[in-house]
Amino acid sequence: MSVVSVGFRTLFYKEMLRFWKVATQTIAAPILTAMLYLLIFGHVLEGRVEVYPGVSYTAFLVPGLVMMSVLQNAFANSSSSLIQSKITGNLVFILLPPLSHWEILLAYVAASVVRGLAVGAGVFAITAWFAHLSFAAPLWIIVFAIMGAAILGTLGVIAGIWADKFDQLAAFQNFLIMPATFLAGVFYSIHSLPAFWQAVSHFNPFFYMIDGFRHGFFGQSDISPWTSLAIVSAFFAVLAAVAINLLRGGYKLRH
Amino acid sequence: MTAIQINSVEKSYKGFKALKGVSLTIEQGEFFGLLGPNGAGKTTLISTIAGLIRPDVGSVQIHGHDVVTDFREARRKLGVVPQELVFDPFFTVRETLRLQSGYFGIKNNDKWIDEVMENLDLTSKADVNMRALSGGMKRRVLVAQALVHKPPVIVLDEPTAGVDVELRQTLWKFISRLNREGGHTVVLTTHYLEEAQAMCQRVAMLKSGQVVALDTMSALLRRVSGSQLIVHLKSGDLPQDLRHLVSHDEHDSGNGSGNKYSLRVNDYAEVEPILSRLRESGAVIDEMQLQQADLEDIFLQIMDKGAL
Repeated sequence: MSVVSVGFRTLFYKEMLRFWKVATQTIAAPILTAMLYLLIFGHVLEGRVEVYPGVSYTAFLVPGLVMMSVLQNAFANSSSSLIQSKITGNLVFILLPPLSHWEILLAYVAASVVRGLAVGAGVFAITAWFAHLSFAAPLWIIVFAIMGAAILGTLGVIAGIWADKFDQLAAFQNFLIMPATFLAGVFYSIHSLPAFWQAVSHFNPFFYMIDGFRHGFFGQSDISPWTSLAIVSAFFAVLAAVAINLLRGGYKLRH
Repeated sequence: MTAIQINSVEKSYKGFKALKGVSLTIEQGEFFGLLGPNGAGKTTLISTIAGLIRPDVGSVQIHGHDVVTDFREARRKLGVVPQELVFDPFFTVRETLRLQSGYFGIKNNDKWIDEVMENLDLTSKADVNMRALSGGMKRRVLVAQALVHKPPVIVLDEPTAGVDVELRQTLWKFISRLNREGGHTVVLTTHYLEEAQAMCQRVAMLKSGQVVALDTMSALLRRVSGSQLIVHLKSGDLPQDLRHLVSHDEHDSGNGSGNKYSLRVNDYAEVEPILSRLRESGAVIDEMQLQQADLEDIFLQIMDKGAL
């Protein structure tokens, strides 16, 4: 199987076109939301909280908000595309052609990564005006942004396949993705939590994505970025295996 | 060459058996009709051929490629027009067709896309968003989508349901041409039996998930003879030895000058002996008509009896 096959490229292009045609909703709206978070939390907590020595709270917040936007939009892209196609019935256009399971998965995930990174870049471009940021290790920024988006894109594929209705998908998003993102240290360092919750945070894979991403900016993090990368990679591998098995088995797609 | 081979396919949904061991062989180049009442299993069978439904038992091959284990090759050979009027509201007609070509691994397919659009009277709608099209136009796009990769086997699941006469004519003209000139196999399900009679060379009738009739159209029309010899007698009466052939008689309600009888005949060869017997008996024929059974008569008979 070639990942650059015409089938893969077409599905990837279609997914890109799909979100680009409604860019106000898929790109501009999340950027505005992230900016509001920064203005409110940054204004309220600036000067009261110092998470890392010499790093202002607003500066600390920006990478977290960028990564949160990347993750949430990557998830939204693949999951909403799949559920819409399932409900309207046009998923049949993907199911009838000779697309391999890998081509389908990778196309959805790649488009999710692009949307996640586009929103993340937009959030960064706007919020960076409000804080003085450094780029201690830019490669980590890129690696964790791509990995995080790929993971959430894959999770979106799984959720999109599993959900039969929009409210099931909303439940997945509200009860799993949102809490996992918010409790992963977007607004705080886990070192500021009680010991028990610090321990719990270590079971949250989202924490490693955000912590590793933030390391790229400040050169300091709660966990070594290498450890985070290993955990994030393992998590991605598990999710990709689950997604590919769902596609291969035709779960809720081929009856 | 065998286009579609269906081997003892069974499929159940929560205890309901939709297909009960269906076996069919459809040869390349055939125009094949799959008929049956609602709930007979036609769409389930077509979905199984398309790989959208996986059989519990049995297998389906397209050009020798299993639709489950060798699905990529099988799907390359197959174009399916689904029954539901589905579309992607994000795209125009041309975008939709280009994307569908790409899914089948075909780049730069605009020449064929233009030809398909022209043959389906879609050219003027090429750059119109799918949402803005009428139901009939959306149906045309579905047909075009099934044809973008020039599949040797085309399956149409009730393609003319709820569409106007113009589309039916346009569609059948194009599909017939593909079948006649391109040698494409066409499998059709329809509730319009006159359409099936006009188009299909061979027919399978499904009832309650089973094939209850399978034959060429001409053999089927001959076998289930519902042909009627209608004679209107000016004078005389029907001899006793012909009365067992009467399927229906009606007395002339006009001037009472004669009787009208419908006699069941199984073959054209039976007509002459009947006429000769009438002459011998002294009856004078005023009017005569030979009415052939059509697919609808056959369909109703088969569905009543359950099998031939």
